[in-house]
Amino acid sequence: MLNVNGLQVFYGNIHAIKDVSFYVEEGEIVTLIGANGAGKSTILNTISGLIRPTVGTIEFLGQSILNLSPHKVVRKRLVQCPEGRRLFLQMSVKENLEMGAYTREENDIEAEMADVYRRFPILDERRNQLAGSLSGGEQQMLAMGRAMMAKPTLLMLDEPSMGLAPLLVEQIFELIVELNDSGTTILLVEQNAQMALSIADRGYVLETGSIVTTGNCADLLNDEELRKAYLGG
Amino acid sequence: MDFLSYLISGISLGSIYAIIALGYTMVYGIAKMLNFAHGDVIMVGGYMSFMATTHFGWPPLLSVLFAMAVCTLLGIVIEQLAYKPLRSAPALAVLITAIGVSYFLQNAALLIWSANPKSFSSVVFLEALRLFDGRLIISGTTIVTIIVCLVIILILNTIVNKTKVGRAMRAVSEDKDAAQLMGVNVNKTISITFAIGSALAAIAGVLLCSAYPILMPTTGAMPGIKAFTAAVFGGIGSIPGAFLGGILLGIIEILGKAYISTQLSDAIVFAVLIIILLVKPTGLLGKKVLVKV
Repeated sequence: MLNVNGLQVFYGNIHAIKDVSFYVEEGEIVTLIGANGAGKSTILNTISGLIRPTVGTIEFLGQSILNLSPHKVVRKRLVQCPEGRRLFLQMSVKENLEMGAYTREENDIEAEMADVYRRFPILDERRNQLAGSLSGGEQQMLAMGRAMMAKPTLLMLDEPSMGLAPLLVEQIFELIVELNDSGTTILLVEQNAQMALSIADRGYVLETGSIVTTGNCADLLNDEELRKAYLGG
Repeated sequence: MDFLSYLISGISLGSIYAIIALGYTMVYGIAKMLNFAHGDVIMVGGYMSFMATTHFGWPPLLSVLFAMAVCTLLGIVIEQLAYKPLRSAPALAVLITAIGVSYFLQNAALLIWSANPKSFSSVVFLEALRLFDGRLIISGTTIVTIIVCLVIILILNTIVNKTKVGRAMRAVSEDKDAAQLMGVNVNKTISITFAIGSALAAIAGVLLCSAYPILMPTTGAMPGIKAFTAAVFGGIGSIPGAFLGGILLGIIEILGKAYISTQLSDAIVFAVLIIILLVKPTGLLGKKVLVKV
């Protein structure tokens, strides 16, 4: 479904992504794990079209999306839920959800809106409140809900567990599995490697801009070196 | 009665400032740049309306629509040619470019229409209102200016708060990258903003020249600066702020002229700005951004 090949990205003189290749098959949950600064977000932003790569190809559903503007990438139902949530804090909860469905017909989004409110009753209660007034956990729910409103075929999640209490992290990961079960392919970027590997099918381990290990999550979880480096022994 | 009359003139002048300030504030809010050529688009609007009525013999309303159409197009062209290539350039480069565009427009007008002032005939043909046995006379232009300003505010408010385009504008204003990730075409949104701002500038130009009927290539410069002041005064980026700032500035200017000194009125206006910014640096209705982690 998504094929990234020989990707190289420079930030000025910094070689941020060095020859990264990976793929995501339809129906999978694939995770990119790695420490802060390994280049995970850069890869997602390059796929979304916010950053232009120097070298490499990116294909989605058999078509190159390399030079598409971000708003055109979204229209292909390749949606990113960015790091740090990036909600519109001065808009209401409802307006944020409507922004998530920006590429869709306005009278066609009721079903998803109802679905989001059903999953997160707290958002329903606060639908007219400003997103900026929500707690961190509620904001993450809203960010997930906003991404769902776009009806993605492939959803890229950037650190959905960041800064959340363990209970909330579990809730978010359950939701990711549910979304995947209902047909959404997931590309999950995480620092919480243990959690990510426990729900994903396959994983790629990123270190300073290169993929160092890849494999099935079961194998990665048993990898001695990986355990030491990312999973706390 | 004098005071009331001055107050109404002030509100009327302030309405014009408000309409111009709306253009400044919307462009700033969305493109994060100060379009210092905005004042000169007003002047172009004035000349377009002048040409339409005196040279083509068109009716006043049509001349206004013509001015709006030309200015809208001009605004989009300026944005595409001068500002779009600088989207990721430092703010100072964009600012200097805007000043360059301003001089370009003034000098182009000088070439086309010469430095001789044109006397503009008002596009408003409304009987003056006589109140209190004729002791208070409100001119038709004054009435129309205030009404037009109110209508514009209502329409803009509806567009920005109730429509999809408006939501996209607010999204771009708050977080350009996040807006793109939602599928918003940022360049198109910025173009629309310039188009709206320039159409408003045309209306302001016609109203300004109807109230102060001398049209020169520099006609837009001072009202442009004053309206910019009004936008900052009210809180740049805020639409209600531009309205409030414009009206207050107009009232302060007229009352300053009437009761303190005609020569000093501009100095008073800018002094008030400095005081407001010292007390409240974000302007009267400027937003504080709250961030929660």
